[in-house]
Amino acid sequence: MMDGKDLKHVNEDMRKLLARAAFGRGDFEDLFVVPVFAVVAALVLGAVIMLATGVDLPTIGQSFVALAVGSFGSLNAVSETLTAAIPLVLAGLGLGLGFRAGLFNIGAEGQLLLGGTAAVIFTFSFPSLPFPVLMIFGLLAGALVGAAYASIAGILKATTGAHEVISTIMLNLISFRLLEYILRQPYIQREGRSDPISKSVPEAGQLPRLLDWFDPNLRLHAGVFVMLLAVVFVWWLLFRSKIGFAFRASGANPDAARYAGMRSGLVIVAAMATAGALAGLAGASQVQGVLGRASPGFSAQMGFDAIALALLGRSHPVGILFAGILFGGLEAGGRQMQVDAGVSIDLIGIIQALIIVFIAAPLLVRAIFPWGFRKETKGGKA
Amino acid sequence: MTFLTKTGLAAVLVAGSVTAASAFTACQVTDTGGIDDAGFNQTAWKGVQDSMAEYGIEGRFLESQAEADYEANLNSLLGGACDVIITVGFLMGDATATSAAANPDQKYSIVDYAYDPTIPNVVGQVYATDQAAFLAGYLAAGMTETGVLGTFGGINIPPVTVFMDGFVHGANHYNSVHGTDVTVLGWNPESQEGLFTGNFDSLDDGRAFAQNLYDEGADIIMPVAGPVGLGSASLANELGTDELKIIGVDADQTQTDPDRAHVYLTSVLKRMDATVQAVIKAAMDDTFEGGLIVGTLENGGVGLAPFHSFEDAVPAELKAEIEEIKAAIIDGSLTIGG
Repeated sequence: MMDGKDLKHVNEDMRKLLARAAFGRGDFEDLFVVPVFAVVAALVLGAVIMLATGVDLPTIGQSFVALAVGSFGSLNAVSETLTAAIPLVLAGLGLGLGFRAGLFNIGAEGQLLLGGTAAVIFTFSFPSLPFPVLMIFGLLAGALVGAAYASIAGILKATTGAHEVISTIMLNLISFRLLEYILRQPYIQREGRSDPISKSVPEAGQLPRLLDWFDPNLRLHAGVFVMLLAVVFVWWLLFRSKIGFAFRASGANPDAARYAGMRSGLVIVAAMATAGALAGLAGASQVQGVLGRASPGFSAQMGFDAIALALLGRSHPVGILFAGILFGGLEAGGRQMQVDAGVSIDLIGIIQALIIVFIAAPLLVRAIFPWGFRKETKGGKA
Repeated sequence: MTFLTKTGLAAVLVAGSVTAASAFTACQVTDTGGIDDAGFNQTAWKGVQDSMAEYGIEGRFLESQAEADYEANLNSLLGGACDVIITVGFLMGDATATSAAANPDQKYSIVDYAYDPTIPNVVGQVYATDQAAFLAGYLAAGMTETGVLGTFGGINIPPVTVFMDGFVHGANHYNSVHGTDVTVLGWNPESQEGLFTGNFDSLDDGRAFAQNLYDEGADIIMPVAGPVGLGSASLANELGTDELKIIGVDADQTQTDPDRAHVYLTSVLKRMDATVQAVIKAAMDDTFEGGLIVGTLENGGVGLAPFHSFEDAVPAELKAEIEEIKAAIIDGSLTIGG
């Protein structure tokens, strides 16, 4: 079976896993300092790119002011930031959970699309149900379909060893075309339209807007509570439940987990299904809270942005929440940049990408900002 | 904690100068094709630019990257910053209606959408594009050497398919006048089914779809998909215009795509710039009223662009016939698809 050296290695992994509960200086640096510096470095580089494309200095200053004001500078800005963050955080939680379990799930986009579509179809199919019931069932329908779709990749991996990166990418492609097909079915397509667009979510199925009594243009909706509940739930699942321990153990060392008696196939399918349910919930919250209908591409790449988000948040539920708020802020602030300074929205995409590059390369950030980190002696980590 | 103070230093923001407030501001929200799509959004933006030059107003635009942006983009233009908000595209119909209902004092105008019933603070701008596309179809049928024409669209929505309807009917009209047998691939006006790229932004699709139609024998193609058509134009550029010619849409594409101007036989003009400018003028003069503007051959809202490099290639009789048909459509003696 195993020789002593392997066992020692396994024991070490298990000990590290258990030690994670204790929060040290290293975690603090990884979770907070690196992301903060990554954002700063990305903004600075963004300014350089603006300079290089012929934007003058006052406009660059103006656009950063607009970015700040547009993301957190007013009630409307905060509302827009949170509205944009809701689906990103939900999908990101699922992906982060997958990463913890050692699964690199690229399929959130497809799970989100089909989950959202299921929520739309369910809500307009049962318009007679009263308000909270229809809304909640719509969300559940989205989560269920997302979970089912993600499980395909999980089952393929557990039974045949098909790599989840390949299978989830392919499932994404299938979902795009499937959605176009579904949206053209007479039962689903909106009356009087020949383009693929679904009927609308009835009033009782919508996530109610929270602030429209104050100003009808504030789009923040009850999905924000769904998001917060999901953060707590995923935290509990990962760090306080038995199955969550199995997820993390499998992610840290699949062999160790198997020898410890965990059923790896079950863990893979369960982790994929949970991730898919969260992505489906993201789609459902977007159609029930913002769009009110499904159309091709309503996901707007959120499933892919969520991958970056999960990495930025270090696959920790709280980290993902903050990363989602940051991304939401960049989206809302980017809009304001366009309005106030006339700077292209594409620049925001570049800044987001730069943040991810810096996050993905913590050593680079440590090298650029050496004063922000405790000096580490080689091999002597506490 | 040193890193916090250093971060503060790094994040110093340069306060920008705010552009001088102008008396009147027109704002435009584009569709996902972008402001520089050499067609649809760009033509509508030209209406704002012309107004800026002529009336000395301010103009701003916001690009939508996804459908979820429509409403948010509209919201970020509220708060008194814009005297009139112009939304571009059929797909923005719902978002514009919602925003207009929530803000009854804000003036709106939407390109390519007609509300029924009309909304008091929204002017819909629609176009009888089939009239101009009919002329293009007739012209193409007279110019083809293979007897096969092609067309494809972005998404199967009325403002796109109305081009394709007119094009097919125009070619059919040529057949019935001249006893020829020119066929049009890519669109069936009866079943309202045809060839669609499913997007308004992939130049690769434009190339691939044109290649497919060319392989099926088409030598003149009309892509109705905004910037997607630029991909088709590159293919025509490589094959040479003896093999493949393109009919532009929305703007005179010899002007918006000057590098490949020689591949465009003509363009089906949809003068969104003219109607956008008219709406801005009305808003400035306080004559703004919710309702509908329809661009037709008669009022110059739609039309056929000059033939440019094909000026000599198009036979004089064909030109004369097209003028006759144009007159017949205007006076009502010829109905399209009738």
